[in-house]
Amino acid sequence: MKQSRSRCRAAKLVSTLTKMAGACDDRHGATKAREKPGAKVRLLEPGRFAMLRISATTFIALAALAAAGAPASADMKVGITISATGPGAALGTPEMKTVPVLPSEIAGQKVQYFPLDDASDATKSATNVRKFVTEDKVDVLMGSTLTFTTLPLIDIAAESKTPLLATTAGSVLVDPVDEKRKWVFKVVPNDRIGALALARYMAKQGIKTVGFLAFNDAYGEAWTKEVNKAFPDNGMKIVASETYARTDTSTTAQTLKLIAANPDAIFIAASGTPATVPARELREHGYKGPMFQTHGVASPAFIQAGGKDVEGTVISAEPFVVASQLPDDSPFKKVGLDYVAKYKEVNGTPPAIFGAHLVDGMSIVAAAMPEALKKGAPGTEAFRVALRDAMEQVKGLYLNNGLLTMTPTDHCGYQESSALIMKVENGAFKLIQ
Amino acid sequence: MDTTIVLSLIQDGLVNGAIYALLAVALVLVFAVTRVILIPQGEFVAMAALTYAQVQQGVVPGTAALLVALGGSAFLLDLARGGWRSPRALVQRASIDLVLPVTLFAAARWLAPLQPGPAFAIALTFLLVMPMGPFLYRIAFAPLADASILTLLIAAVGVHLALTVLGLAFFGPEGMRADPLVDGSIELGGTVIQAQQIVVVGASLALMAGLYWFFERTLVGKSLRAVAVNRTGARLVGIPIAASGETAFALAAGIGAVSGILIAPVTMLYYDSGFLIGLKGFVAAIIGGLSSYPIAVSGAIGVGLVQAFAAFWTSTFMEVVVFSLVIPVLLLRSLRSSAVEEE
Repeated sequence: MKQSRSRCRAAKLVSTLTKMAGACDDRHGATKAREKPGAKVRLLEPGRFAMLRISATTFIALAALAAAGAPASADMKVGITISATGPGAALGTPEMKTVPVLPSEIAGQKVQYFPLDDASDATKSATNVRKFVTEDKVDVLMGSTLTFTTLPLIDIAAESKTPLLATTAGSVLVDPVDEKRKWVFKVVPNDRIGALALARYMAKQGIKTVGFLAFNDAYGEAWTKEVNKAFPDNGMKIVASETYARTDTSTTAQTLKLIAANPDAIFIAASGTPATVPARELREHGYKGPMFQTHGVASPAFIQAGGKDVEGTVISAEPFVVASQLPDDSPFKKVGLDYVAKYKEVNGTPPAIFGAHLVDGMSIVAAAMPEALKKGAPGTEAFRVALRDAMEQVKGLYLNNGLLTMTPTDHCGYQESSALIMKVENGAFKLIQ
Repeated sequence: MDTTIVLSLIQDGLVNGAIYALLAVALVLVFAVTRVILIPQGEFVAMAALTYAQVQQGVVPGTAALLVALGGSAFLLDLARGGWRSPRALVQRASIDLVLPVTLFAAARWLAPLQPGPAFAIALTFLLVMPMGPFLYRIAFAPLADASILTLLIAAVGVHLALTVLGLAFFGPEGMRADPLVDGSIELGGTVIQAQQIVVVGASLALMAGLYWFFERTLVGKSLRAVAVNRTGARLVGIPIAASGETAFALAAGIGAVSGILIAPVTMLYYDSGFLIGLKGFVAAIIGGLSSYPIAVSGAIGVGLVQAFAAFWTSTFMEVVVFSLVIPVLLLRSLRSSAVEEE
């Protein structure tokens, strides 16, 4: 990201010919891109003297580039679709803000990013990705924020033979790895890992009965499925199962029903600040027992909104959330703190886990890059195929989301140890196991 | 299910019902006067709640800048459409469209970080949200005043979408909750009642009484009723129709602002929470046939109670149950009225 302004300007000139506008993704360029995703620098209007101007611009641009000493080979391109508006905005906004933090160079190859907003709309995300593969000729696809906006991207990735790094949790995206899904790699761990870790921890605490409250959307649905398996496997019984909506103004009725079932513990499968609503009502209606939540709440906003009502809540989440508390020799610590520092420098605030998905996605690309570059240059099908093959072989990679080892049959290869148990203590997540 | 649970559910239903009742009243009012089905009514609630929460935290609310933009747009649009007959009218308009929003913006900019207290937060929120109503009316609806109900409805959907996007831009995606006006709770018959819940119900009742007085006793209120009963007749006796529309929108936005301030401490609200709240108010307004205030209010209480009990018995289908209420009501109404008149 630290390109000099003159080089950036030179690249801007070239963009009229080779659409290299993304190369100017320095801090300012990226900010602009966020406000108006995908906006291209257009210096040329079609006209009589267009040809003349093109050749003139080429000359000047080439001269400027030569002066700046930029490499002449084609850049690697990454198309990213993010749900920065609509219902996914709470997750998508930190992702959009992460784009300027992504590495500008991998294995000696410059990388351009094309971020676009899909407004939490599955049609829009598909349109974005179609544009990436046909117009921008990207080498890697990344996105989207929600499972249902990512599902239509599988076909496009397979058709165009472009690897897709899915930055959402739905295991349906990579399970099973078939002819189409072999192009998809999931950066976010499966819910199963988190559900298992929590179930084991809860069973160890002597909990026998659980009241379960989930979002009435894909997120809650996925967790309901996992919990219904993981809890009975660990000798626990779900005595009440309720749902609520993200925008519900009241969850009184659901909380009353949970309390009436008199469970040993209450488990809430929700994400972000809406997860604090039932927590508060449970405490208001006199529930004193332990509360458990999912990795969807692992953000400072949750604790800020929940205050004393979420104090003591236990969650399972990714190493990133507690990076600063890990021992100094933990590889997770460096990865996490690195991202936090870079994000803070650009945006001024600490990041949420959602942005880390993009960083992890690029780390997987970085791990596969050297092998792929041997087979072809960016922009060619040979390179994309080789990149996909190499991504499948990535082993023992320490990421914000956990320890990853991909195999041809597992495109979301996080180890079970990747889910850590943490507790809200004095307004912060504290690692307890 | 014991009595404590029943009482708690009733209490929850009444608090939500009180808010839906206010919104239903605003919807009926706006529809009667302007024939606009005010989809963005809920957005006023969300905007007010988020503004109130932000002012309370000492943050300059996003609505301050939005109001300046809306006022400026309304002024310029009116100017482009032919301006005003007299310089005096121009000065009057400019003072409302430009000076007022800028003054409020300045007040928010300098005073909000000092956190002067709840009275200031309430006043500022109200003053920031209420003028949005008439501004939006002049920007989006006044030019279509004589269009069909369907056209007006589509314009209302457009305004709703625009306000939702602006809400995301100004307030961000995370939810906010304000501190309660009065903390504490009392125990009554085995159930705990939060003081804020009493404030919500009490303020709603007071506001409805105030509206009753406004429509029965004041000239402006009576002229609004006259426009609602017969537009042409009202115009013939000298009631300015456009001004009535602005008044109706100002009242609607004002009611939305009060609702927002009331529920901001009760629940967490998001930039897009308004739509669903407004929709439930709309269900109540439909029960009232978009014309009867008392039926709409009792319908709203009913919606609140049904919602609470539906959430208890079958939380997954809560919204389904609430919105299905409309079907029997519409059936009943269509049986009773013989012909549907579409202008």
